[in-house]
Amino acid sequence: MSEAIANSDDTPGSILELRRITKIFPGVKALDDVHFDLRQGEIHGLMGENGAGKSTFIKIITGVHAPDTGEIVIDGRKVEFKSPIEAQRLGVAAIYQHVTCYPDLSVAENIFMGHEKVTGLTRRVDWKAMHGEAQKLLDRLDANFSSRERMGALSVARQQIVEIAKALSTNARIVIMDEPTAALTQHESNELYRITEQLCDAGVSVIFISHRLEDIRRLAQRVTVFRDGRHIGCWPVQEITQDKLVVAMVGREISTMFPKRRIDIGEEVLRVANLTRIGYFRDVSFTLRQGEILALTGLVGAGRTEVCETLYGIARWDSGSVLVEGREVTIEDPLHALRLGIGCLPEDRQRQGLVLPWEIGKNITLPSLRAFSRLYWMDEDRENQAAGELARKLNVKASSIFTRVLALSGGNQQKVVVAKILSRHLKIIILDEPTKGVDVGAKAAIYDIIGDLAEQGYGIILISSEMPEVLGLSDRIVVMKEGRVTAQLETANATQEQILKASMVVDATEAAAEVAAETTADGSGSGE
Amino acid sequence: MADARTPEIRIQAVRNWSWKTFFFQWEWLLVVVLLLVVAVNTYLSPFFLALSTFIHTPATFLDKAFIVFPMMMVIILGKIDISVGSTVALSAVMMAVAYNAGLPMPAAIVLCLLVGVLAGAFNGVLIARFKELSFVIVTISTMMIYRGIAYIILGDQASGRFPGWFSLFGWGTVMGVPFMLVAFVVCAVIFGLLLHKTSFGRAIYGMGHNAIACRYSGVNTDRILMTVFTLNGLMAAVTAIFLTSRMGSTRPNVALGYELEVIAMVVLGGVSTNGGIGRIGGPILAVFIVGFLGYGMGLANLQAPIVLVVIGLLLIVSVLALRVRFTIRRKKPVV
Repeated sequence: MSEAIANSDDTPGSILELRRITKIFPGVKALDDVHFDLRQGEIHGLMGENGAGKSTFIKIITGVHAPDTGEIVIDGRKVEFKSPIEAQRLGVAAIYQHVTCYPDLSVAENIFMGHEKVTGLTRRVDWKAMHGEAQKLLDRLDANFSSRERMGALSVARQQIVEIAKALSTNARIVIMDEPTAALTQHESNELYRITEQLCDAGVSVIFISHRLEDIRRLAQRVTVFRDGRHIGCWPVQEITQDKLVVAMVGREISTMFPKRRIDIGEEVLRVANLTRIGYFRDVSFTLRQGEILALTGLVGAGRTEVCETLYGIARWDSGSVLVEGREVTIEDPLHALRLGIGCLPEDRQRQGLVLPWEIGKNITLPSLRAFSRLYWMDEDRENQAAGELARKLNVKASSIFTRVLALSGGNQQKVVVAKILSRHLKIIILDEPTKGVDVGAKAAIYDIIGDLAEQGYGIILISSEMPEVLGLSDRIVVMKEGRVTAQLETANATQEQILKASMVVDATEAAAEVAAETTADGSGSGE
Repeated sequence: MADARTPEIRIQAVRNWSWKTFFFQWEWLLVVVLLLVVAVNTYLSPFFLALSTFIHTPATFLDKAFIVFPMMMVIILGKIDISVGSTVALSAVMMAVAYNAGLPMPAAIVLCLLVGVLAGAFNGVLIARFKELSFVIVTISTMMIYRGIAYIILGDQASGRFPGWFSLFGWGTVMGVPFMLVAFVVCAVIFGLLLHKTSFGRAIYGMGHNAIACRYSGVNTDRILMTVFTLNGLMAAVTAIFLTSRMGSTRPNVALGYELEVIAMVVLGGVSTNGGIGRIGGPILAVFIVGFLGYGMGLANLQAPIVLVVIGLLLIVSVLALRVRFTIRRKKPVV
């Protein structure tokens, strides 16, 4: 703490300053004597685990909540927001993690929602002025799409750019970005970095909240860490190491984020040959063995999720074959996949993975209702006992299995989804972005669980966009780009550059040839 | 099962009984409303408060109540079926026409049930197979189709002249208790167990909250949709039998508006139209509330339209009360 205070010297260039902010909700001290300052044109990273108080902090800056004690100073003047509109008038804008947009309206309409351009007397919407102004904002951000495009047709990355344009349209000087890169690929993140830097060159100050250390290193000049509602420290980014940041966030050392275990790799459990789903992926081939972790990587939209959805029976393949333990199979629906021994942790855990209003226990046993019933009649005692055992094994943090999943943090929700998979006897587990939106501490726990699963002999397909995860966890890596496998690498001698090249190089065949020359992978990558 | 060696707090797998949760249930409010209705009825007629009233009057309003159970399942799924009134008419008309064309009565009854099952299954298949078609469109269409077919078969006239024993369904008694009431209780038990004690019921609740997650969890969502809609058709046919038995004849315009009355009872019973929420006790209480309310207003010589107004108001007030209860619960902030 003393170090922190020493570092936050009063610079005259502060555009925003928060002094000794405390906010108490019934039962929770969300913010405890927190201070923070933001300089003109600065990108200030803000980190902390889920529940560290970041959300409350944003809400106080944007005028959603009023602090119990402490003061907010903007441009050297003490201010008190009575509503979010007042904060907006003073130039504060926030861009949230989940983009809140009107998917069926045009980009321009989204940008000017709430402050539409209207003609003088008749108050009719002035479409020409609105599109002109919107296009100007987009051009300023170097966005190469039109203001007339339908919002819903844009990628998440582009929607985020629209959100930034929206912030600019209100003449924001202080922009808060809440985990903007969470849903973006590396490539899209780079684009966002560039735009953010551009904003700062134009004199806008940015508070950049992220779980990704990479983001902070690339962008921020200073980084502030919150933990349990308290200000832990503020450092210039060059002066702090990654390890130190993690320690500050977690409060303990994560010495080995990726404990590399020696696992005996057994028999082949899955062989996918020339699998094709027209319009999504082509000629995908790979094999998976017992105890092996196969990383499936590439940019978002490369067809990774689609391959796994097909293997899990959500969609059908058009040609090619799938062999489970040497027998050729067809997979009609998820139930069929589960019976064949294939389980899946879906990408969107809230929509696809969990019945949110339900209790932990009921969620865990949902895939295996048959096992806990005799002729449809549920044996609830046995069910609760099994659910309790699984929840304990995975260390789900809750008081009882009757706690609603809604109330859990992202990491604990993810553990419940894993428990669901483990409630059945399976051989193959597909994990689609298992650490998405999960804080650092829970990430380590999930990595640990993945290691355990491999040790128990499950064959694991891990889809991930995070390079450290891919390199740290897997035994082999399959890289996909635009629906094709562009490289298959042994993790032991794979490099980050190789993977990036295979996932981004324009000509897929070229990349495959190039990479194939560099490595010896079993079951070589496809090409034409 | 838990070994005491590990000192850390372990997640509990045993549910603790709580009086607060027990009394904090929607059904208690319905019990109060039912008692209120009984009290008003007693005030209106000195003869009301007698055991025989409670045993014999239900037969006057229980016919449509059989549909309440499967409709409850449909609404828990987050869907609605407005074709049931027409299904009642179609299966009743089929039964009457088949009997008068020479089919023996037992066979005609089986045919009636079969028509109901087919009508429900047709809804179910359309909804499960063609995801592009919303359940509202499907059941509005079949509502018109089924009623239309009933008119085509019988024309705008009545058909009846059933054998004498057929009237026993609606008028007979078992040890002094009307057969209809007995059948209703049996159905209530069966559907209650189905909903709350079986994997089938569990899947229905899960699908009501999040059908996608259920599909990802290996629940055969299409089959459950079809089964539930088929059950709805079957129970509509059961209603057709009791209704026809009580009236002695049938016409293509019977059971007009039953679907809305049934939906009203289900919703009054605390089943959320958003899906996933509601227990069997609520709609059962609602059946008796609405039934005795109508009976009481008859005692007071109020006209039928006024009964409708009162039931409509009751529905709005009760759903509002349900919402208020939820906001009180959610007051606790999550941060």
